[in-house]
Amino acid sequence: MAKLTRDDVLKLAQLARLELSDDEVEEYSRELSEILQYVEQLGSVNVSGLEPTNQVTGLTNVMRDDEVRDYGYEPLDLLKNVPYGSVEDNQIKVKRMIG
Amino acid sequence: MAAWPSLADIADKVQAGELKAADLVEQSLKSIEENAEFMAIIATTDERARQRARSIDERVAKGEKIGRLAGVPYIAKDNFLTFGAETTAASNILRGFNAPYQATAIEKLEAEGAICVAKANLDAFAHGSSTENSDFFTTLNPHDKSRVPGGSSGGSSAAVVLGMAPMATGTDTGGSIRQPASFSGCVGYKPTYGLVSRSGVVAMASSTDVIGCLTTNVDDAALTIDIMAGRDDLDATTLERENSYIPEAVNLKGRKIGVIKEYMSEGLDDGVREVVQAAIDKLQAAGAEIHEVSLPSIGLALAIYYIICPAEVSSNLSRYDGQRYGYSAKDAKDLEASYKNSRGQGFGKEAKRRIMIGTHVLSSGYYDAYYKKAQIVRTKLINEFEAAFKEVDYLVGPVTPTVAFKIGQNSDDPMQMYLNDIMTAAANITGNPAISLPAGSSDNLPVGLQIMAPHRQDAGLLALSKKVEEVLA
Repeated sequence: MAKLTRDDVLKLAQLARLELSDDEVEEYSRELSEILQYVEQLGSVNVSGLEPTNQVTGLTNVMRDDEVRDYGYEPLDLLKNVPYGSVEDNQIKVKRMIG
Repeated sequence: MAAWPSLADIADKVQAGELKAADLVEQSLKSIEENAEFMAIIATTDERARQRARSIDERVAKGEKIGRLAGVPYIAKDNFLTFGAETTAASNILRGFNAPYQATAIEKLEAEGAICVAKANLDAFAHGSSTENSDFFTTLNPHDKSRVPGGSSGGSSAAVVLGMAPMATGTDTGGSIRQPASFSGCVGYKPTYGLVSRSGVVAMASSTDVIGCLTTNVDDAALTIDIMAGRDDLDATTLERENSYIPEAVNLKGRKIGVIKEYMSEGLDDGVREVVQAAIDKLQAAGAEIHEVSLPSIGLALAIYYIICPAEVSSNLSRYDGQRYGYSAKDAKDLEASYKNSRGQGFGKEAKRRIMIGTHVLSSGYYDAYYKKAQIVRTKLINEFEAAFKEVDYLVGPVTPTVAFKIGQNSDDPMQMYLNDIMTAAANITGNPAISLPAGSSDNLPVGLQIMAPHRQDAGLLALSKKVEEVLA
């Protein structure tokens, strides 16, 4: 049975880039373990000879011409939701990446 | 609760000049105001709606042909990108987001003359079965204010049942149209996966997300689907449509209808069972051939769903990084801290829960045991559905094991909340079309009947549903 420890939760939170409070770490460690315990019932299902299903449409290789299409948007229309107006030269300015 | 004429009647009368689009919009906005206590609506798009109504009335006066939804007011679930109000998906992290373009489904409705009047509440990012996971507020059940309306399209279902508009859009990833339709007492239609474009709808779990609608009757659902369905260059998973989804008259005589044995067994509330059984008896009396059908793996649908869905959620929600749009934490020392703080503060509890489950089941060392295994069991379930549809034309059963539950009853226990999708998730895993139809009530609360059809047989399912609606009336 899967039991996620506090360290497991902290590792997941780091992988998913989520800052969690101590209370949240505690709560998620309990709740996520319960959910994993439920889904683990699949472990004992006999699936010999079956392949995974990724999608259910039956569609394969939906192609279109590789061409530029004009949808009528200006770059700034699509950048208008950038927080704190940190747009320069149609690019988004972010905080420093390397210390 | 104001009653609306059918969508087709409204459009005919607006086109004929007998009804004004402007008056219909006012009627809708008035009903939204009068029913404000139910908290179904996040924001109205009143200014834009009034403008569009004026323009439609002017075009009618000039003799122009408007379209099959001329002047019809409708409500968009707030995970559809629309103009006229923010699009938030009921999440704090998207608060303040103004969509730069509209969803394809919204564009198609507007091209036929429909007018969006408001954005409906939902569980944030459509993660939930009650609207209690909305980051803003909980919508109340139209029949009992101490209960939930269902979810995630609970704002949509409550709005339609309260008469705020004759139609609301919805999304159904694990039951989010059918379950609130059943809890609130309206029609909820989930098409075959891929029939309606997902472009411009906030992505949840891309391999099971489906766009549909909530209405008071089957004709209105069919017309809405007829307008929204079809290939879209902006969504490569969209299917070729059938010629028409407008219901043809059908007879139940000789139709083979399979009752899903596993859904009618233990765990089903007695009151719900009685209503669903009575509905099945009526179909039989009307000439349908009733068969009991067993789908041995259907009980695993929810376990499959709660691996595949969070996996895809964790991927889809990675775009909310606090840089391009949405909530951004101030005072972060570097980019990584900005990501972590923006996401940690911006996402609600359920989103974080699903992101972490998804991250876990996709992570190296666990991928085969969880994600890949779920996708293989998914094949097993699909095979069982295909075998069942060789024996019968349609499958029926309940939508949910209980009637609408009390607000707060499941909110401290995520696993208990997840179990609400136990009878709806299968159709998302397999991609089959499914509908929830009002079938009666138990303890004065609505109970829905679920009908599922083979892949891409939406026209057949809608035609049958119209007949079933008549038989149950």
